[in-house]
Amino acid sequence: MAIRIFQFSSPQTFYPLAGRLIPLFWVLAALFSAAGLYTGFFVAPTDFQQGEVYRIIFIHVPAAWMSMFIYLVMAGWAAVGLVLNTRLSSMMAQALAPTGALMTFIALWTGSLWGRPTWGTWWVWDARLTSELILLFLYLGFMALQASIDDPRRADKAGAILAMVGVVNVPIIYFSVKWWNTLHQGASVSLTRAPSMASDMLTGMLLMALAFWMYAIAAALMRVQSIILERERHAGWVKDLLEPAAVKGSP
Amino acid sequence: MKPRHKRLVLAGAAAAAVALAVGLILVAFESNIQLFFSPTQVVAGEAPLSRTFRIGGLVEQGSVKRAEDGVTVRFAVTDTARTIPVAYKGILPDLFKEGKGVVAQGRLEADGVFHASQVLAKHDENYMPPEAATALERARKAESESQKTLVMDRPAGGEAPK
Repeated sequence: MAIRIFQFSSPQTFYPLAGRLIPLFWVLAALFSAAGLYTGFFVAPTDFQQGEVYRIIFIHVPAAWMSMFIYLVMAGWAAVGLVLNTRLSSMMAQALAPTGALMTFIALWTGSLWGRPTWGTWWVWDARLTSELILLFLYLGFMALQASIDDPRRADKAGAILAMVGVVNVPIIYFSVKWWNTLHQGASVSLTRAPSMASDMLTGMLLMALAFWMYAIAAALMRVQSIILERERHAGWVKDLLEPAAVKGSP
Repeated sequence: MKPRHKRLVLAGAAAAAVALAVGLILVAFESNIQLFFSPTQVVAGEAPLSRTFRIGGLVEQGSVKRAEDGVTVRFAVTDTARTIPVAYKGILPDLFKEGKGVVAQGRLEADGVFHASQVLAKHDENYMPPEAATALERARKAESESQKTLVMDRPAGGEAPK
């Protein structure tokens, strides 16, 4: 088993594997989105306090979960790349960053749209919102830092350090509503107790969370494929892949 | 020690140092990170009385009174231990309701009334359909009724079954 894992840590063997997995994850993302949106808009009941406006949670909560989780995965890959010097790990970290930034943006944006009618304000500088905004800047900073260094190995190292330093922000986001008093409400769903949410609403939210997972994996795999091609462009196998005619032509 | 072990140790030590530094910063800024003060904190004098700050708590049951002009509202914010009267002129958010969470920004005047310039509703983490909320409310009422009956019964038929 270990041998197989290390075999796929080579960009050359991972590239076709990613290619085979991408359609699968797109299909799963489409299926879960369809089921999740249907449950969210047609099955889940109206909320007793907020009315229909609460339905933003079917986008907002999965996006916020993913924004934190993707950061942990990205920093994990970056750390593995830094410690073990494995090329593919750093490429995975680089591929995850834009998706994570997108999720963070969606969480902030939808939260703002919900905050206006519910709280009475678009934005408030409470601990939850501020730390989530810092997360967006961490993603953007990671992407900018990597893009600003020409040598990919040095770019990976610098990015990895930034990503690892930023990890400290993730528990702050998650526990901010517990540690400090904030305008943002506490968690409705957590591992330690029963969810304080009607079951149809919860089903819709979890289906959407799965859809976001599948989307994030598919998008990251597609991005890692193009990063592999870009970075390994001088390798023989990439040349063979991109110019099949030349291979056929040579006897 | 192999180079990668060295890098692992270095990375681990750096992560621990950063976590410690951030932890200390957060502890130092504790009072600045809090979005609002509770009425108990205000009474204890922890809130900055000379400038604007936010108070947060529940809107006390039966405390909301609208003035003749229709936009001035008076209500009380409570954390069940202490209560602060609030005056506000403006539009309240949809979720503003007696017994629900609220965060008000403003200034505590000499008359002991908190004059708010902004009132925000603080939502709780409970999501349920209206029917479930009504059912819960009914159950809660029934329970308090039965408790009342129990209390009333006790002196009369107290030890009777023995």
